[in-house]
Amino acid sequence: MDLLGYGAFFLTTALIFSLVTLGLNLQWGLTGLFNVGLAGFVAIGAYTSALLTTPDDAARLGGFGLPILVGWLGAMVVGGIAAALTGMATLRLRSDYLAITTFGVAVVVQLVALNAQKLTGGPFGIGFIPRPFGGLAETPLLFNLSNLAVVCVVTLIAYLALEHLARSPWGRVLKALREDERAAISLGKSARFYRVQAFAVGGAIMALAGALQAHFTGFIAPDNYLPILTFQVWVMLIVGGSGSNLGAVIGSILVWGIWAGSGTLTSVLFAPEQQARAASLQIVAIGVMLCVILLLRPNGLFGDRPRRPGKRAKVNAANSSSNS
Amino acid sequence: MSLQFIVDGLLTGSMIGLGAIGVTLTYSILRFSNFAHGDFMAWGTYATLAVVSAIGATFGKVAPIAPLSFGWPLLVALVVGMAFTALLALLLDRVLFSRLRSQGQAIIVVMASFGASMALRSLLEFTFTSRPTYFSRAIQIAMPVGFGIRITPDQIALLLLTAVLVLGVHLLMTRTQTGRSMQALSQNAALARIVGIDVASVVRVTWVIGGALACVAGVMIGILVQIRPFMGFDMLLPMFAAAILGGIGSIPGAVLGGLIIGLAEAGAVQLIGAEWRAAVSFIILMAVLFVRPIGLFGVRER
Repeated sequence: MDLLGYGAFFLTTALIFSLVTLGLNLQWGLTGLFNVGLAGFVAIGAYTSALLTTPDDAARLGGFGLPILVGWLGAMVVGGIAAALTGMATLRLRSDYLAITTFGVAVVVQLVALNAQKLTGGPFGIGFIPRPFGGLAETPLLFNLSNLAVVCVVTLIAYLALEHLARSPWGRVLKALREDERAAISLGKSARFYRVQAFAVGGAIMALAGALQAHFTGFIAPDNYLPILTFQVWVMLIVGGSGSNLGAVIGSILVWGIWAGSGTLTSVLFAPEQQARAASLQIVAIGVMLCVILLLRPNGLFGDRPRRPGKRAKVNAANSSSNS
Repeated sequence: MSLQFIVDGLLTGSMIGLGAIGVTLTYSILRFSNFAHGDFMAWGTYATLAVVSAIGATFGKVAPIAPLSFGWPLLVALVVGMAFTALLALLLDRVLFSRLRSQGQAIIVVMASFGASMALRSLLEFTFTSRPTYFSRAIQIAMPVGFGIRITPDQIALLLLTAVLVLGVHLLMTRTQTGRSMQALSQNAALARIVGIDVASVVRVTWVIGGALACVAGVMIGILVQIRPFMGFDMLLPMFAAAILGGIGSIPGAVLGGLIIGLAEAGAVQLIGAEWRAAVSFIILMAVLFVRPIGLFGVRER
């Protein structure tokens, strides 16, 4: 029974991760937009939903005690707007500028979460976030399973919607822009407009994932949204193969399995006072893994990003100073 | 408002500026934003610290040079640390960046640098733990220099060192053949190849300069603030903002950008409070991207 409960808990977390990864896949896999601040968007979603749904608290703004679904919707709206603004500022510039700006967004969100006590509760975070099946908390197994069911449904909806989007005319424009921007523009597609849309939808999905996680644990704090989260999700997407939604989901479950498994292993192998150090070794291993996959199998397990050694590579080689 | 923020700002600005030189060179010559640059800083600082303690173990306690808080061991260690950091950058380029560059997708290199940054930083945390350390715990008396400004001998020495290094790199870039090759490569890579510029050696020089200066910036932070595994990562956003504010590829721009951001940060610390310091570079970055994305001394890309 315990094992089943743990399994449900594990899968719930993994599926929430896959929701973030699906959002990233829309931004990076489908559209080629580089987001190294996704932890910021996840945090925006979590905090928005928490503010909207928690009971009134004299120490800070809100909570407004609204229904959970309103919280999730609000999270998506705010996350989407934040992403759209980020996109509008940077998407007319070189792709690196988006990377740097998203990195900055994550830093600032972290800063607000830590310091704007009136809004976010500061370093102590926000507690008493209503849980969808809080009434079942007495029977942990049932509670975990019903959480899993909710997360499964949300992830499935997001997955199907994204699959549909990718095949729709809208998705084809995005792919065309990724593959050959000049040709797509010559067909009358506004590159920037489509990219901002894709970035905003991706940001909204990430925010939704943050909100789900917040309501599932019932408590959030700034520490949940450190750069390590961004990093984990990137590894999930790269392992699964960018461009494939199925890959995003499977990559997330796989990498979260490795992460949780190695975490358990270090807690068994190392003495309690050595655990913090062992945890950093875990990050080293995942970082090396990311680099090795990029070097050896850039398409991941299910990637659809075609490697064309043809025209584009030549153009790039000519443009870049690459290669020693 | 006390004018002390000018000294604080110039010092922070020097650290940011020295780091931003590496960022701007990597960006303009190798065409990617290197998220591992901050971790070069931290690695250089810990390497310097290791050499300092090794010297201390061999020669016993060395008296510091008159008014400064450090003696010759730190100077020797700094040179060793600079060489070490340059080698680290070259090594990382050899095993990772150069291979990905040859595949032709610039943004993959950025991602790899992000992964490498995580791995490098966590390795430091594993080896030295996340507890902060210091080069010296001695407290220096700040001398009043008028207008309510106080400055310590260490701070004067480090400002002078920054000025010398920046001047040196500027002369290297403008007066030597290597520097001119670097500029040529950043302005037009294809043409630079055609006229027979040795790309491989230019790439190596870029990493050596970037790595060595990152180490100096890190050691400055180590002397004036503290040494932590995250010290470099926390400098990443100010460094990027400085490089973009100054204009990608411009060394005077990177330094000036660093000084502007340093002064703005120090001013914000006085006016708003230290906890919002990190937001300053983001605000400046966004302002530059909206108003003048090519920066102060940048050239429009063709």
